Amino acid sequence: MAKDMSKKKIAIVGGGISGLLATIKVCELGGEVDLFSYCPVKRSHSLCAQGGINACMDTKGEHDSIYEHFDDTVYGGDFLADQIAVKGMVEAAPKLIKMFDRMGVPFTRTAEGVLDLRNFGGQKHKRTCFAGSTTGQQILYALDEQVRRWEVKGAVHKYEFWEFIKIIKNKEGICRGLIAQSMNTMEIRAFLADTVILATGGPGQVFGRCTASTICNGSAVSAVYQQGAEIANPEFIQIHPTAIPGSDKNRLMSEACRGEGGRVWVYKDGKPWYFLEEMYPAYGNLVPRDVASRAIYKVCVHMGLGINGENRVYLDLSHIDSGYLERKLGGILEMYSEFVGQDPRKVPMEIFPSVHYSMGGIWVDRVHNTNIPGLMASGECDYQYHGANRLGANSLLSAAYSGTVSGPEAMKWAKTGNKGSDLTAEEIENARREVQNEYDKILTMNGSENAHKLHHEMGDLMYKYVAIERDNNGLDACLVELKKLLKRWDDIGITDHSTVANQEAMFVRQLRNMILYAMAITKGARMRDESRGAHAKIVLENGKRKMDENGDLVFMGRDDEKFMRITIVNYDQKTEEPIVTYRDFDHSLIKPRLRSYK
Amino acid sequence: MADKVRFVIERQDGPNEKPYEQEFDVDYRPGLNVVAALMEIQKNPMTVDGKKVAPVTWECNCLEKVCGACMMVINGRARQACCALVDELSKPIHLAPARTFPVIRDLLIDRSVMFESLKKIQGWVELDGSWEVKDAPIQNPYTAATAYEISHCMTCGCCLEACPNVGPQSDFIGPAPTVQAYLFNLHPLGKFDAPKRLNALMEKGGITSCGNSQNCVEVCPKSIKLTTYLAQLNRDVNKQALRNIFNF
Ligand SMILES: Cc1cc2nc3c(=O)[nH]c(=O)nc-3n(C[C@H](O)[C@H](O)[C@H](O)COP(=O)(O)OP(=O)(O)OC[C@H]3O[C@@H](n4cnc5c(N)ncnc54)[C@H](O)[C@@H]3O)c2cc1C
Repeated sequence: MAKDMSKKKIAIVGGGISGLLATIKVCELGGEVDLFSYCPVKRSHSLCAQGGINACMDTKGEHDSIYEHFDDTVYGGDFLADQIAVKGMVEAAPKLIKMFDRMGVPFTRTAEGVLDLRNFGGQKHKRTCFAGSTTGQQILYALDEQVRRWEVKGAVHKYEFWEFIKIIKNKEGICRGLIAQSMNTMEIRAFLADTVILATGGPGQVFGRCTASTICNGSAVSAVYQQGAEIANPEFIQIHPTAIPGSDKNRLMSEACRGEGGRVWVYKDGKPWYFLEEMYPAYGNLVPRDVASRAIYKVCVHMGLGINGENRVYLDLSHIDSGYLERKLGGILEMYSEFVGQDPRKVPMEIFPSVHYSMGGIWVDRVHNTNIPGLMASGECDYQYHGANRLGANSLLSAAYSGTVSGPEAMKWAKTGNKGSDLTAEEIENARREVQNEYDKILTMNGSENAHKLHHEMGDLMYKYVAIERDNNGLDACLVELKKLLKRWDDIGITDHSTVANQEAMFVRQLRNMILYAMAITKGARMRDESRGAHAKIVLENGKRKMDENGDLVFMGRDDEKFMRITIVNYDQKTEEPIVTYRDFDHSLIKPRLRSYK
Repeated sequence: MADKVRFVIERQDGPNEKPYEQEFDVDYRPGLNVVAALMEIQKNPMTVDGKKVAPVTWECNCLEKVCGACMMVINGRARQACCALVDELSKPIHLAPARTFPVIRDLLIDRSVMFESLKKIQGWVELDGSWEVKDAPIQNPYTAATAYEISHCMTCGCCLEACPNVGPQSDFIGPAPTVQAYLFNLHPLGKFDAPKRLNALMEKGGITSCGNSQNCVEVCPKSIKLTTYLAQLNRDVNKQALRNIFNF
């Protein structure tokens, strides 16, 4: 059968919630999709999301409104989110939920059969739709099923177990396709596309241990950054207050635990001290994540009150009826029992903050174009919607919503965009050859460093200097150390020379991308001399961390005049270093006010 | 010196190569699981005889028992490696690929057949489109709870590995994809296409190939009552067969 040449071809990298929704939208508009993913899309990281997805459904008689969702999001993000973009998202939210419901997402329901809602941090109304404690899994599956339906119809070609390496640009600098590598046969191939959408998720692995999946490495984002795509706000890394610390991974205990009545405490003077309730009476245990994380950090690290002197505090559900817990939180409680060996229905859980989410990512405009024509980004890999801090249950929403925007926009570009010249066969082969050569070179690396050990070291560095509390001394030191790591990368030796599923060689390539991404995060943090949302910077005095009269660290305040701007990071091709500039954005709808949850 | 945990790993260099065994020692620590141990081997891929080898190849993503990727045979039993705690396993710990599926390399297997089966049973709701249509239907919360249980299936393949009827001797698509048909038949909109799914299950490899060995329900890491739903589906398929004959 002759191929229909009028069909538009969209390459979508990433089969999480954002990539899959974009895929569905493209198919509905008559386009064809090449869908790339590290894993079968059904195993994408989105399925880790436990707690829920925000939308003003107002099914609980609390008179919730879309405006309040809008305000909570902008305020929670400490006024660094583009307000027009946020408005679009919160208005679409209820419609998306109804669509998911029709697709078969088994949302938890009230006795009347309508959608139940729960509380989440940073919002005073019940606004979070949920499917038990596996909301992300359920939404991802529903989308996976719809995409499979399009696959059967021939509109979707999946390239699962293929790694995206880089985009191909034409003479005019317009993105016309991509290079990817099969993770099983190691074949490197060029794919042409009218538009490329990256929906590759977050960069958690840059911090080594985090709550995200092992495939959330930010490598794709770093690759296009090195090809000229701007990264925005990378310094805003969300640290989730409640995770089970682990050597392979920090496993998240959803904010839903606090939403369903969980209390955070430690012993002080022999008695339980519910420090969040005492410090923040208005929101109590439901303060947003950055606030809760800093409080836990302070209680453990600065006051030395962690459980048995270790960096742990209690997250307590044991006072809540166990039937209720089972219904609302069953899945994650089972996880805690399974990985820790204790029953959280009976004894308080032990938790500590962990790197969780990246508010920053590839810069995009409101319809998800990057600064490289023909290249778009949506989902956690873009920087939109959350400003300096994301509210819980807002990122499944932004992943979904952004997919419904990027998909149709990709089709629009495919049909009417000025794509410049077509790639010649020679240009395509040159681009492929370049990647092939880089890969072949990795296979010959015989130095003394182990890539996985280097990765671990990088994670330790990032936790030490660029996590909950930052100061300019540490950030400077971190940049120096990261550059050393980049040098040491050249001295990696690999033991695997196989031509089948060579995971080590692929990891070596990813690691280099991760180091460069880490530098962008660190530089962004270094240059932003204020505290805002997840970015908290300590004042230095005579080169030392400043303390107040109570012995508490003094943090910089928010500086709207200088820093109510988006951080833009460009890659310097010569020095490999990040270049930071700032850009204005739209905050015309809600006037900035002080963010406080006291 | 720290305590060591010994791993005996069945390896295979490629799809058509011969399997062989290698042994590795990993430093013990509390809470250690099989994936974390494999990660340690990556950092220092050396066998107990001091031979530098290629690190072991396997698949994993979430490390929380929701993605289904890290299924392998651990001490003879198909399960997820991320939640296989070393403390609870007899030593040495034997790891092998789930050979019901083609092996790509070491513990890495090709489970695409399961995703193909989901196409056969038409595992989706026939949505008119992702646009807005008035309200979604109200659903019986009890039915929704059952759907929620079945919808946990992570296509890991434990049940196929454990099922005596899945393999070269039979076309059975296996418990997991079969039971998914039941999930969509429960949904208020998915129901409309129930006859199609039931007819698909009458075909080769469908529910008649289930030998009712009950192994699947034993190994399901999500505790899905697979046999209950297989039995229910069997009844539904029989009813559908009658309907097909008598045209009602
Ligand atoms: C433990 C946990 C719990 C969470 N809970 C919630 C919650 O309750 N509510 C909420 O709103 N949010 C939650 N989040 C956040 C939310 O899950 C994510 O932000 C969101 O799912 C991201 O979706 P995505 O589509 O952007 O990317 P992902 O789901 O991460 O998908 C990324 C895709 O890109 C592919 N990919 C990446 N790089 C490459 C490459 N180089 N080549 C090929 N393919 C590639 C991957 O294979 C994958 O298919 C949680 C996050 C974590 C870590």
